[in-house]
Amino acid sequence: MKQTPLTARHRALGAKMVDYAGFEMPVQYVGVLEEHNTVRTKVGIFDLTHMGEFELTGPGALATVNYVTTNDASVLKEGEIQYTCLTKEDGGIIDDILVYRTSNGFWLVVNASNAAKDYAWIEKHLKPDTQLKDLSDEVTLIAVQGPKSAPVVEEIFGLSLTDLKNYTFTTVTFEGVDVLLSRTGYTGEDGFELYFPNALADKLWDACLEKGEKYGVQPIGLGARDSLRLEARMPLYGNDIDESTSPLEAGLSRFVKFDKGEFIGRDFLEKQKEAGVQRRLMAFVMIDKGIPRQGYPLLNLDGEEIGVVTSGTHSPTLDYPIGMGYVDVAFAKADTEVQVQVRKKHVRAKLIKGRFLA
Amino acid sequence: MSEQLRFTKEHEWLLVKGNIIRVGISDYAQNELGDIVFVDLPSVGDRVEEGEGIAALESVKAVSDVYSPVAGEVVAVNEALEDSPELVNESPLDEGWIVEIEVEGVAQTGDLMTKEEYEAFLKGV
Repeated sequence: MKQTPLTARHRALGAKMVDYAGFEMPVQYVGVLEEHNTVRTKVGIFDLTHMGEFELTGPGALATVNYVTTNDASVLKEGEIQYTCLTKEDGGIIDDILVYRTSNGFWLVVNASNAAKDYAWIEKHLKPDTQLKDLSDEVTLIAVQGPKSAPVVEEIFGLSLTDLKNYTFTTVTFEGVDVLLSRTGYTGEDGFELYFPNALADKLWDACLEKGEKYGVQPIGLGARDSLRLEARMPLYGNDIDESTSPLEAGLSRFVKFDKGEFIGRDFLEKQKEAGVQRRLMAFVMIDKGIPRQGYPLLNLDGEEIGVVTSGTHSPTLDYPIGMGYVDVAFAKADTEVQVQVRKKHVRAKLIKGRFLA
Repeated sequence: MSEQLRFTKEHEWLLVKGNIIRVGISDYAQNELGDIVFVDLPSVGDRVEEGEGIAALESVKAVSDVYSPVAGEVVAVNEALEDSPELVNESPLDEGWIVEIEVEGVAQTGDLMTKEEYEAFLKGV
């Protein structure tokens, strides 16, 4: 199992460690509920070093990004970030990633479990005069998330973040070393992600805890990361999206730009858009007691199977169960009542439109 | 009537009082599961087989079944868990009990572990 430069810190904090995508990662420190609530009300820090980072440079970098992803990277100015998907010819999602426009090309931030697969895929489809480099082993990633994240980051780096908009980034320095600071996250809260050389890991982690102390900062494990992203209705690769689902089925159409030119999967996705999808990823809330989990069948009120749950949990913020799942398009309308088969019981749920949280 | 506390390798405990067996999970088990947010309880009167799932403990992250260590009939469930599932975390051996099962005949406790034996077993986990 791989470790991150912060593994010793997690152990010293008493974290429960698990194998996640080949990395020994903290799943919780004090408890998922407390950590979840800390991010919703104060500020939490996450070690996300397992994520992969690739650099694309050279004259063909933009053409490469636009060929392997669904969104249009040509609209990005230096310092801007976009969410996008890598898709196969059949429209299946290889990964969902972030693209950062840098001064000399692009940074791609990819899911840990897909990093090797993504690298091989992009390498295979490189346009001429393009260099692809895997920076994953050199880069540590800490996320600072929550309503009090801005003052913590401002104090660490001694700067004002008022002008740093969502989905943009800048370069700051810490002890003379460059840190890529982006206003991004996976929690639904205001937050930042800090990418920097491994050698700074302990010092920056400690600085986050020290500067965050008066705001009630806590380290947050992968358990709360999952419940936070689900409340924010963000898909998780491997649960809600994978190579058998298309961005259009997953409700990610706004990240698919047909007017940008050729890209892998375009023909299939255009046809799917014209014909209409057969199923749609929907969010739902439970009406009766019971917690939906990945793989549980979704049923109509007659008990016929109309889909499958892809993510579900008891929402710590709302204090009732929520979930997402693929639903036959005939039923995929907000306010439709459905049932989830929870073990032997049929438990009522309601499809919703928009966010779980107000 | 004397009470006997016994543990299973599945990290459940049984409090044996004649032919009534109260069932819960051990402190080790609750710690492994993390914050319990919902307990799916059986109904009083349900018939259960040995090894059958009788309740489900839901944490934020996952669901875990509680298996009946004996065959019999559910005669009581801990209704306090419906509103306060966290009792399983806070007081696993006492207020966080889950169900009571009436066994036919006399409960067999021979192959179950005593508290001391269970603690020794945990060291090997």
